[in-house]
Amino acid sequence: MASLIAILDLKGKPLIQRTYRDDVPASYVERFLPLVLDFEEEGQQVTPCFSSQGIHYLHIRHSNLYLLALARRNTNAAEIIIFLHRLTQVLVEYFKELEEESIRDNFVIIYELMDEMMDFGYPQTTESKILQEYITQESHKLEIQARPPMAVTNAVSWRTEGIRYRKNEVFLDVIESVNLLVNANGNVVRSEILGAVKLKCYLSGMPELRLGLNDKVMFESTGRTARGKAIEMEDVKFHQCVRLSRFENDRTISFIPPDGEFELMSYRLSTPVKPLIWVEAAVESHKGSRVEYLVKVKAQFKRRSTANNVEIFVPVPDDADSPKFRASTGSVQYAPDKSAFVWKIKQLGGGREFLMRAHFGLPSVKSESDFDKRAPISVKFEIPYFTVSGIQVRYLKIVEKSGYQALPWVRYITQNGDDYSLRTASEKGSAPIAPI
Amino acid sequence: MSVRGPRKGENYELSIDLNSEYRDKRKDAIKRVIAAMTVGKDVSGLFPDVLKNMQTEDLEQKKLVYLYLMNYAKTQPELVILAVNTFVKDTDDPNPLVRALAIRTMGCLRAEKIIDYLSDPLQKGLRDENPYVRKTAALCVAKLYSLKPELVIENGFLEQLHDMISDANPMVVANTVAALTDIHMTATSQLSSSSAGPVPEGEGIFVISPAILSKLLIALNECSEWGRVAILNALARYEAQGEKESDHICERVVPQFQHANGGVVLAAVKVIMIHIRGVQRPELIKSLIKKMAPPLVTLLSSPPEVQWVALRNINLLLQKRPDILQSEMRVFFCKYNDPLYVKVEKLDIMVRLAGENNVEALLSELKEYSSEVDVDFVRKSIKAIGQTAVKIDSAAERCVNVLLELINTRVSYVVQEAVVVMKDIFRKYPSTYEGVIPTLCSNLDELDEPEAKASLIWIIGEYANKIDNADELLGIFVDSFTEESYPVQLQTLTAVVKLFLKKPDSSQGVVQRVLNTATKDCDSPDVRDRAYIYWRLLSSDPASAKAVVLADRPPISIPQTTVAPALLEKLLGEISSLASVYHKPEETFVGKGRVGADSVQRGPTGLSDAQRALQTVAQGQQAENLLDLDSDEVSGDTTSLGGGLSSGLAAMEITPAAKNIISGTSSNPLDDLVSIFGNSTPAMSSNVSSPVQQSQSSQFGGMGGFGDLGLSPTAPKPAGNASSPQQQQGQEEDLLGLF
Repeated sequence: MASLIAILDLKGKPLIQRTYRDDVPASYVERFLPLVLDFEEEGQQVTPCFSSQGIHYLHIRHSNLYLLALARRNTNAAEIIIFLHRLTQVLVEYFKELEEESIRDNFVIIYELMDEMMDFGYPQTTESKILQEYITQESHKLEIQARPPMAVTNAVSWRTEGIRYRKNEVFLDVIESVNLLVNANGNVVRSEILGAVKLKCYLSGMPELRLGLNDKVMFESTGRTARGKAIEMEDVKFHQCVRLSRFENDRTISFIPPDGEFELMSYRLSTPVKPLIWVEAAVESHKGSRVEYLVKVKAQFKRRSTANNVEIFVPVPDDADSPKFRASTGSVQYAPDKSAFVWKIKQLGGGREFLMRAHFGLPSVKSESDFDKRAPISVKFEIPYFTVSGIQVRYLKIVEKSGYQALPWVRYITQNGDDYSLRTASEKGSAPIAPI
Repeated sequence: MSVRGPRKGENYELSIDLNSEYRDKRKDAIKRVIAAMTVGKDVSGLFPDVLKNMQTEDLEQKKLVYLYLMNYAKTQPELVILAVNTFVKDTDDPNPLVRALAIRTMGCLRAEKIIDYLSDPLQKGLRDENPYVRKTAALCVAKLYSLKPELVIENGFLEQLHDMISDANPMVVANTVAALTDIHMTATSQLSSSSAGPVPEGEGIFVISPAILSKLLIALNECSEWGRVAILNALARYEAQGEKESDHICERVVPQFQHANGGVVLAAVKVIMIHIRGVQRPELIKSLIKKMAPPLVTLLSSPPEVQWVALRNINLLLQKRPDILQSEMRVFFCKYNDPLYVKVEKLDIMVRLAGENNVEALLSELKEYSSEVDVDFVRKSIKAIGQTAVKIDSAAERCVNVLLELINTRVSYVVQEAVVVMKDIFRKYPSTYEGVIPTLCSNLDELDEPEAKASLIWIIGEYANKIDNADELLGIFVDSFTEESYPVQLQTLTAVVKLFLKKPDSSQGVVQRVLNTATKDCDSPDVRDRAYIYWRLLSSDPASAKAVVLADRPPISIPQTTVAPALLEKLLGEISSLASVYHKPEETFVGKGRVGADSVQRGPTGLSDAQRALQTVAQGQQAENLLDLDSDEVSGDTTSLGGGLSSGLAAMEITPAAKNIISGTSSNPLDDLVSIFGNSTPAMSSNVSSPVQQSQSSQFGGMGGFGDLGLSPTAPKPAGNASSPQQQQGQEEDLLGLF
């Protein structure tokens, strides 16, 4: 549990705070940043939780803000840190952006939310869709007084009754993000697929949904043989609407969905993945004058698929200047703020291969301490109508007591995860760049 | 009425607007008051004016006034009473939102005066037809208990809460459980501070009976994510009656691993780790452990702060069950953009998971990290290479090769750290990698950090007979002896003596010089004492000096656990709490900053949990630091655990548990040291092992100086006059340990 929650700016000044238990005086909020600075000065790392004089500080960063919780007891650290993230998420959904200005402009509603989301230090309702039903920015326009939606305390705490749509539809997106790390000699060191099934639900009443996937474990347990390929998901996480015990028993994914957009489930596979987009860079650096790059990209997936909006970030030394580029496709830009150049390719067909060259000037004087370290190359991309794992939606059954017909739409996308990176070869080994 | 402010200024204007006849103007004024409050201006003087606006149909305005009251009730206790009427009226409002709001706010006012009026509305709230009001009222009982426990007991609220565990609404059940747990904790902490000894589980206010258990298990599947955390926490406290019940709880809790909220997952892990102790069927244990791995790995795709909490807990879990993530080392590989605190934890876990089958991949990663930009991370990565070498015999040679490559980069801090690590490898595999010594010595000029210098000097001393110019190299340090830091001085002293014993002909001069400087010009008593003892040893009996100083040292090893088994069990029962994140027992950081007098008072009646935990933490930290030469850190940590004195006192009573710990890790040299002290100074033997003193001695052990004394039973018996300084040293060590 938390005794106090505060949002602070980077100077450590509290923008808004709320006390939940009086075992921690509010003045401790102002000690937070000095403590952080002390740690930094002593060369210690600042961890998300630390204690000083019997007060525990748990914090997260969100853009230019600290979200801080104070506690005195041996509190549940995971719960509080996750709550702070959830608070951020709710505030972002309310104000689009969470920053100093949006907090100042909306302090009234933030107080209301803080009051509703936590009581006596225990997290309560953190579903922003439900909160939005009775805590609104235009409450004074409401003629009738807001009442707590049934959903706040219902067994189905994520959906209100009496929702009506003229056309009942469900849009289902299967999005797979590929994280992978290739080391300098071209081996895949680590790879994983993070999948998510996202739903946009426009359904009336209290519909019961059942989702069928080509889940290997289920096929095996029911003794069915799959027609196509079955996949083995290593870890599946569900939105709280899914009946976990039912899944545990017979792998059935059954649920009453929240209204609108939400993430139904996420899963993870650590089966080795061949890099869908392969990038290699040869670097030739002439210390004190210039550095040259030859970048090769190769789409290593079937011809019928196409990767869209491919962006390849190749890091360059911080002090590189006067960039010159030549690419066989797409466009290249220098992004000095990221110390990289970006090669953008709108569409990259399966099996295709392209080259680009870059040339930078380097200052002739270089400080001794400047220890040269290249960050890995990172890639962004999106491949529609394709899942790298081979997951398939077999059916989505929708049953509501009024018996309406509803249409499910399914879409598949594979994209880069937050860590799709290829380490560049160390300079010594790389062959000299031949002219194109 | 309160004293009015001057008839001008912001507050005056606000007070006029607050009393305006127009609704909008009043509401706007309230907002401005709250805005002023938010930026820290004192608007408590407006209390009566704000209070007038409390009775309103406008819910937003009501919330704002309540918010104001919560902030300033303490400063205006006599005026709060004016609000009571409206509060009580609001608890009868037809709108459940208003009823709940009133009850919630009254509980937060924390003013004596108003508390007495809270009982009746609360009574009604607990029986309200609307679950939203009931769940709010349930928590309000806990608020009331923290303020005035007798009121809760008089009104029978506790019995009511117990009844509410059977409420039809899962959210109400969850908050009831949270409230009861909170009250239970408040009550036990008060009890344990007033009387002696902690309250044993199974007594107290919230005892979970088998009947409650089944209700909780039902509610678990239905309530919201946070409610699940509360219920799982309660399940963790339940003491299972027999194997069948343990099985049942585990089976019912396992589905929670699939929850999207990491807090629920960790709480479920905690329950399983506790109740798995009662499970007998090996196949069930196996399946539970197998199911635990994937959700733990998935936590690593959370935001970095959550990852960190998860990693700290995974580290603990691995100490108990190293098999959980055996084949998953790759998921802990650091991402380029991970924050440093995440990377450091990942490194530790990677080394923990290292085995012969994956060491190749691990080393190539560690080598990669060693060329990153962040100095701290680079150093830790190099350290990890050393730990891998010490842990896996067959990989030692590859580790040494990687280290040599790193030394060749000639980046100053890389070289220094690599030298430190090489010293550890020499200690584990003596006389194996002598080929690298020339490379190390050629980097002598690069070293400017004490630890690196001391390490290299130790290596030179150890292999003095194989290094042709050892006297020359050590001579450099003897020349600058007084300018060096103490660890370097101590090492130089020992190394020169070793050199003298190995090559007496060429180093007569240098040993004379160093003993002279150390005894005359040095202001550290440790250095002086050591110099005197060497001097005496050398002058009285060179043969036994040789036996003592050049004795074989036992090899070092990486401890399996960083915390002692008893503490580990305790921490596993608190997974996801701060204690499990810090790897320290609750008593060391909760409370008034340090372990107070009461824990020391409790000492004589037997070793309490707290003290045992304190001891074990010191042990654990010391084990962790075995590879470090610098023991300042260790003693610093131990003192911070509640003052050197109290931990020293705590350890005065040596228990069988502590003895087990010592004998359990007999491979480290300091145990022998402790035992030899036991032999030579029987009077002191029972209280020799205070944590502070052990860390002190671990320094010697690590330095290869007096640690060697520990092996004297295997060496020829020292002459009588040689043993007297030894004994004397023992006593001095004791004094050091106590203060």
